[in-house]
Amino acid sequence: MIALLMRDLRLAVRAGGGFGLGLAFFLIVTVMVPFSVGPNSELLTRIAPGVLWLGALLSCLLSLDRLLALDWEDGSLDLLATAPLPLEGVVTIKALAHWITTGLPLVLAAPVLGVLLNLPTPGFFWLVISLFLGTPALSVIGTFGAALTVGLKRGGLLLSLLVMPLYVPTLIFGAEVARRGAEDMAVQTPLLMLAGISAAVIALLPFASAAVLRINLR
Amino acid sequence: MTLNVTDLSIARGGLPVLEGLGFTLEPGRALILRGPNGIGKTTLLRTIAGLQPPLSGHITGAEDQIAYAAHSDGLKPALTVTENLTFWASVFGASSIEPALDAFQLVALRDRPAGALSAGQKRRLGLSRMLVTGRPIWIMDEPTVSLDTGAVAMFADAVRAHLGQGGSALIATHIDLGLDEAEVLDVGVFKARLPALDDFDEGFL
Repeated sequence: MIALLMRDLRLAVRAGGGFGLGLAFFLIVTVMVPFSVGPNSELLTRIAPGVLWLGALLSCLLSLDRLLALDWEDGSLDLLATAPLPLEGVVTIKALAHWITTGLPLVLAAPVLGVLLNLPTPGFFWLVISLFLGTPALSVIGTFGAALTVGLKRGGLLLSLLVMPLYVPTLIFGAEVARRGAEDMAVQTPLLMLAGISAAVIALLPFASAAVLRINLR
Repeated sequence: MTLNVTDLSIARGGLPVLEGLGFTLEPGRALILRGPNGIGKTTLLRTIAGLQPPLSGHITGAEDQIAYAAHSDGLKPALTVTENLTFWASVFGASSIEPALDAFQLVALRDRPAGALSAGQKRRLGLSRMLVTGRPIWIMDEPTVSLDTGAVAMFADAVRAHLGQGGSALIATHIDLGLDEAEVLDVGVFKARLPALDDFDEGFL
């Protein structure tokens, strides 16, 4: 398991691994927003939590189609399925590697980009907390989508369409935590919902991902 | 550790390709599968490897005993030869990759990225993976594709050494490996007859 995680992380930082892809996209989206909506700082303050969350979600989505497809193409998924690792463990590790290479950099970069969007001071803490709790769910759900579409060539469009609706609850509650945090309101309810969604998908979805992967490998 | 296949029927893409197939593979023996293209050799090997369920019949002795080598080698072009092999060694719990590198003469290439290897060298690296699995039953699909005669001999030696240690091998191939002790099974005689159309299908014809 550790070997698989280390391999995936190593592949991500090597040439063509796509480590910076999500982060660069996130950067571009948030830097471009002030240019497109104008330099009105009040407006930026109001939309900042939502824009940051939407940017994070889209950058997660961007790197999903290579999550399992590369292993499928070079045959290592077949070999992993016949290896002594349980397939549930394999998809969990894949999701974890995706989170470390995509989700975690977004969490760390978000406060810096929040400055560009004039995010109010109390919002920074809750923005980071909400992304930290929410992005693992994005990776796990994304792995499920990747497992569903793994046999399809150029399955990126289908993958996005399948995964988008599953991302909606995380987006709603995540952005709500960040918004309420920025406006200095109580965040407990959306925070608990967000954490609950993440805990549930991390506990349940690997089994579903492994099951559809077994069917797709036939 | 005897692999036993009885009365096996398998399908590819929903159509039965082989039926009534059975054989026994004892430790220390090798079985060569032959048959024309499309007869279902790969499907048979994938079924025995557990990647797809059979239509009917039983496979015993395969679970957690097999190492499977497919058409593609599962190599990561960005990783070096050593890194690729070390990964599979740690997945299968093997301690050292040196014997595997030696057996396929990969020592000189060990720090080369797998993407910079030639087709034959890649295949040798893919085959050396079998040595680090430590599994007794090798299931191999066209292992000698893109190998030169020297590398085929290397491969035959590796299989022979594996058989000598009480392992067994099931190999689908078209060429003569020079393994005198191997039995040959022509799967062509087990070709599935097309199933008679039932009433449901007739409704659409």
